[in-house]
Amino acid sequence: MKVLVTAKQVATVDDDDFEVGVDGVDEQFLEYDLNEWDEYAVESGVSFAEECDDDVEVVSVTIGPEQTEETIRMVLAKGVDRAIRVWDDALDEDALRDVETKAALLEAVAERESPDLVLTGVQASDDGLGATGVALAATMDVAWAAVANDVEIDADAETVHARRELEGGLEEVTDVALPAVLTIQTGINEPRYASLRGIRQAQRKEILPLGLDDLDVDATQLKRRLSVKSTRVPETTSTATLFEGEADETATDLAEMLRDEGVTAE
Amino acid sequence: MSDVLVVAEHRQDSLRDVSFELVTAGRNLADEMDGTLDVAVISGAVESFAEALSLDGVDRIHTVDYGDEFNHDVYTQAVTQLHDAVDPTVLLLPNSVNGLDYAPAVATRLGLPYVSDTVDVEWDGEGVVTVREQFGGKVETVVGVDDDAAVVSVRPGAYAPADTDGTASVVAFDAEIETDAVLTDVRGFEEVAGGDVDITEADVLVSVGRGIEDEENLDLIFDLAEALDATVSASRPVVDDGWLDKGRQVGQSGKVVTPDVYLAIGISGAVQHVAGMKGAETIVAVNTDPNAPIFDIADYGVVDDLFDVVPELIEQLG
Ligand SMILES: Cc1cc2nc3c(=O)[nH]c(=O)nc-3n(C[C@H](O)[C@H](O)[C@H](O)COP(=O)(O)OP(=O)(O)OC[C@H]3O[C@@H](n4cnc5c(N)ncnc54)[C@H](O)[C@@H]3O)c2cc1C
Ligand SMILES: Nc1ncnc2c1ncn2[C@@H]1O[C@H](COP(=O)(O)O)[C@@H](O)[C@H]1O
Repeated sequence: MKVLVTAKQVATVDDDDFEVGVDGVDEQFLEYDLNEWDEYAVESGVSFAEECDDDVEVVSVTIGPEQTEETIRMVLAKGVDRAIRVWDDALDEDALRDVETKAALLEAVAERESPDLVLTGVQASDDGLGATGVALAATMDVAWAAVANDVEIDADAETVHARRELEGGLEEVTDVALPAVLTIQTGINEPRYASLRGIRQAQRKEILPLGLDDLDVDATQLKRRLSVKSTRVPETTSTATLFEGEADETATDLAEMLRDEGVTAE
Repeated sequence: MSDVLVVAEHRQDSLRDVSFELVTAGRNLADEMDGTLDVAVISGAVESFAEALSLDGVDRIHTVDYGDEFNHDVYTQAVTQLHDAVDPTVLLLPNSVNGLDYAPAVATRLGLPYVSDTVDVEWDGEGVVTVREQFGGKVETVVGVDDDAAVVSVRPGAYAPADTDGTASVVAFDAEIETDAVLTDVRGFEEVAGGDVDITEADVLVSVGRGIEDEENLDLIFDLAEALDATVSASRPVVDDGWLDKGRQVGQSGKVVTPDVYLAIGISGAVQHVAGMKGAETIVAVNTDPNAPIFDIADYGVVDDLFDVVPELIEQLG
């Protein structure tokens, strides 16, 4: 059996001081990391392989430029067997904003790898499209389930017993036919930290770079129908009273405010 | 031909709030286009749903009487066929958990551009222009669509619900659902177990987020709660990490709480969290990041390190 896990390198902005230009947040204020949701997807894949006595190969795929290899090494260190990195000069931010482009590229990778199961995150924490997994399933023409917080794979029955986390503490119990794409919700498992041994092994694992030609994807398949017209820091609608000063002073103000609200214990 | 088509959402015999919010969004958009608004409702008690959706500004309602609860394969087929029949310029879908489960598939099947999780949708005379958030709400982007038609999903809570009655015509739409292409079997619902405390009953909640960093540091939060005779609740990451049980999670997938006072300690104020606590009487935030969205809804705030402020506060209350 083969599991394909999609792993995105996401950007986070520095805490307080950052500046936005026309195209978005200035590069110097960005830090990069593995998407939180993908940590859980990776763990689902790797722990499933372990339960099956490693009769399962886990392959990761990332669409991104060379700098994403740092993140890909982290994924490999957590036990993924090998990685694919898709990139091409024809790709840019506008193309990756159009989910059809991402789905076309990932579908081409799936075509090459023929996975039984594809695991993605529910959403990327930076752009938050929340769309790639389901768009990929529809492109591959296979089954799917979005926002899974429990997954039990029955390879013999070619079925996944999943739970979808709905609003307000309700779950949908769903059976999905394999092959399938599942979008994984946080909290489904306990993502491991990479061990020192894992980090060493990751150095020797393969990261296969693939371009459009390798994937037989035509540049005309790369849609870019969404464009960012402007980026801004939202105007604050805040009417909050902010207490200022050293911690002992702000704590005094807070305590007084809480007493005024009548909520202190005494 | 229509201008805007909205797909309603329901669960366990009730229309969900987002359906009425989508009607508002759809009507605004249709007005800007000088056009018509169609609404579709699929599965369940479609007739009574149609009655409830007959709101001011809705021109036509299409009912698809097939099955009871949401199944994404059924929805994807029905919406795609409706889209072919109605031919809207903009298809508006909810960015709810079920929206996440079918909206991208509909866009893919229709070959249309998809803009997800928008907080504002407008027509600028030539095309669709939306507003989306990035980096957990710290940045807003205005995203335009360069195409003749689009699929747009709207964030729950972004628009006020429509509530004035109207006189829409109701038409039954005969969708042909190919059962071979229904690859998921929805077996039912289950309620997540409650846990040891009922945070919805508390008058005062001390709520802790990822800013707490470590499980051991939770003692600090429990000490503060004790000093305030309050109950401890949390944002999702603290529950995901297994430090507190699921019954204490506030938010979209946890509990909706309306205490007199809600102290958000080291919580950024992500939309899914705010969905569960915006109804609190008084909101107090302690966060090192002055740009954290939690300050937009807070009544009182301190921009500082919780590890400095909270111990001081406990001492002063003690
Ligand atoms: C389908 C779906 C459902 C979801 N449901 C929920 C839900 O029900 N409830 C929920 O909460 N989330 C939910 N989420 C997750 C949500 O999107 C956010 O990821 C989550 O709310 C973030 O939690 P947080 O604010 O604790 O963490 P972060 O966003 O990481 O924020 C931590 C904050 O702590 C501050 N901080 C750090 N250190 C300190 C310090 N020393 N002192 C003071 N402040 C500090 C930081 O500035 C930051 O603002 C859901 C997501 C999805 C996709
Ligand atoms: N550039 C990318 N490379 C690899 N996987 C991605 C990429 N973008 C999105 N994904 C996957 O799709 C999920 C949802 O992302 P999104 O639809 O962009 O919010 C992520 O959690 C990843 O698993």
